[in-house]
Amino acid sequence: MRALMTVWLVALLLCAPLAQADLTIDITRGNERATPIAVVPFAAEGAALPVDLARVVADDLERSGYFAPLEREAMFARPSRAEDVTFGDWQALDARYLVVARVARQGDGVEIRYELLDVTGESRMLGERITAGADQLRAAAHRISDQVFEAITGIRGAFSTRIAYVTSQGVGEDTAYQLYVADADGRNSQQVLSSDQPIMSPTWSPDGGKLAYVSFETGRPAIYVQEVASGRRARLTSFEGLNSAPAWSPDGRRLAMALSRDGQPEIYVMDIGSRQLQRITRSPSIETEPAWAPDGDSLLYTSDRSGGPQLYRHDLASGEVERLTYTGAYNARGRFGPDGEAIFLIHRGANGYRVARQDLESGRLVELGDARHAESPSVAPNGTMVIFATQQGSNGVLGAVSADGRASFRLPAAQGDVREPAWSPFLN
Amino acid sequence: MQLKPYVRSLAVAASLAVMAGCSSTGGTQDGTMDGTAGSGGVGTGTAGSGQVSGSGLGEGAAQMASSRIPEVRTIYFAFDSDAIRPEFQSVLEAHAGFLRANPGAEVILQGHTDERGTREYNLALGERRAGAVERFLNVQGVSPSQVEVVSYGEERPAARGSNEEAYAQNRRVVFAY
Repeated sequence: MRALMTVWLVALLLCAPLAQADLTIDITRGNERATPIAVVPFAAEGAALPVDLARVVADDLERSGYFAPLEREAMFARPSRAEDVTFGDWQALDARYLVVARVARQGDGVEIRYELLDVTGESRMLGERITAGADQLRAAAHRISDQVFEAITGIRGAFSTRIAYVTSQGVGEDTAYQLYVADADGRNSQQVLSSDQPIMSPTWSPDGGKLAYVSFETGRPAIYVQEVASGRRARLTSFEGLNSAPAWSPDGRRLAMALSRDGQPEIYVMDIGSRQLQRITRSPSIETEPAWAPDGDSLLYTSDRSGGPQLYRHDLASGEVERLTYTGAYNARGRFGPDGEAIFLIHRGANGYRVARQDLESGRLVELGDARHAESPSVAPNGTMVIFATQQGSNGVLGAVSADGRASFRLPAAQGDVREPAWSPFLN
Repeated sequence: MQLKPYVRSLAVAASLAVMAGCSSTGGTQDGTMDGTAGSGGVGTGTAGSGQVSGSGLGEGAAQMASSRIPEVRTIYFAFDSDAIRPEFQSVLEAHAGFLRANPGAEVILQGHTDERGTREYNLALGERRAGAVERFLNVQGVSPSQVEVVSYGEERPAARGSNEEAYAQNRRVVFAY
């Protein structure tokens, strides 16, 4: 009995810090047109694994909005390999696809053999064997989700990506701020910076190895660049006035930013190697929140030169500027989708501040989801989801909505406020 | 530094010009206002000059320059506005008087917004608010070297909550000595 309790204590101690920092997931709206899929609990030899791999895969697929995983209680058969599957069982349950797998111990880690089956076509679509260390079980499950997602939708999966976000506790002078990175499902959170001064605007380098952010730790805003793995960092700018809104160019060599060193906030581009600055905008108004087009040829930014904030696109070669948003009096913090054909932004309409998508060719703007006080949209590298900050009760939480607005979920933290999510690029 | 009467009235006129210019919430105020009434930068049709009429500023508080830092160190703003409200003019004049009388004193003007809208744009709005106070102090004869602006946007709210009461407490500029 005593030995058992000791084990429990150790387990609790190990879990405690994770449980506080990790984000959980609440699905707020499923997609009615999502494709039914059955992810059968993986057959494991020996003792049960510390991670329910099939659950992680099913949750990933459900969060994407593309799939509606079947409830386990409905599964009267639990096959673990294609040969054992009776397609009629799953056709009766209206499942379109089926994932089965078996797990064998291999040293400290595991070997997973999984298969994806087309229930309607009664065929095997995918089979793979992957090995994973004991601390890589969730990563292995996310890889399976990626492969299943791509095999069915033709779209590269983004379940193995990460998010960065800022948290805070307290109010006024006593507020504490932290910068975290976590898996895209909110788990495995790691603190990368903590401060008693505000932290803002985290953004990933295109190779996923570094974060740029704004920290007020010296009492003034400055832009820093930090390696995620080593924690090594450098202060890139600390000009007089605002040093804000860093955004990496797609080639990773330049950083767009908003500086007020010359008066009003203007957009600048810094060559990171030489630290040389190029001023992009000249206007007596506010220019901020720059974002690069995927091809690196133009910048999107917010300007209130027309009276209120609207989005503009600046062609870097010609210097030509085009106003993009005309729907409503407040459109800000735009981000391109990965195909460059749509932008995602914060739009204030009759429902307050909402995430919206505007298709660039038609100019049509649509609100996505119903989260209130939405801020800081960040697009998944495959363009299928947008993560953003919103409010739940009096707390700041992260929300996500599918790019078509059909599915949404929340990632609340156990305590404090969470905000400014930044979705990483593909990491593998 | 003690201002002579005509200099002070010039400063008052310039302050009015600044305030009229600042009450525009659009993108038209420019940071290069040169401190003379009727100069450029006030040229938008939205300047709310009605807000500052008849408030009799200048004569009282500005003369009370002393060795003590004025006790009221926070002023508040209307939604989406960087106009200095008439009820806070005497507060600003007291700080101007203190800073003129104490050339060694330095102040950071911390600009804050409420939580509505995007964070980075709010950071810029907070700077615009603090900048309006900075210009007011400058035309009152305070040396620019004594004043620095740091915007916190919506990052350091004084009050929590998503209601007008909290918002009103958070739209502020704080004099931090």
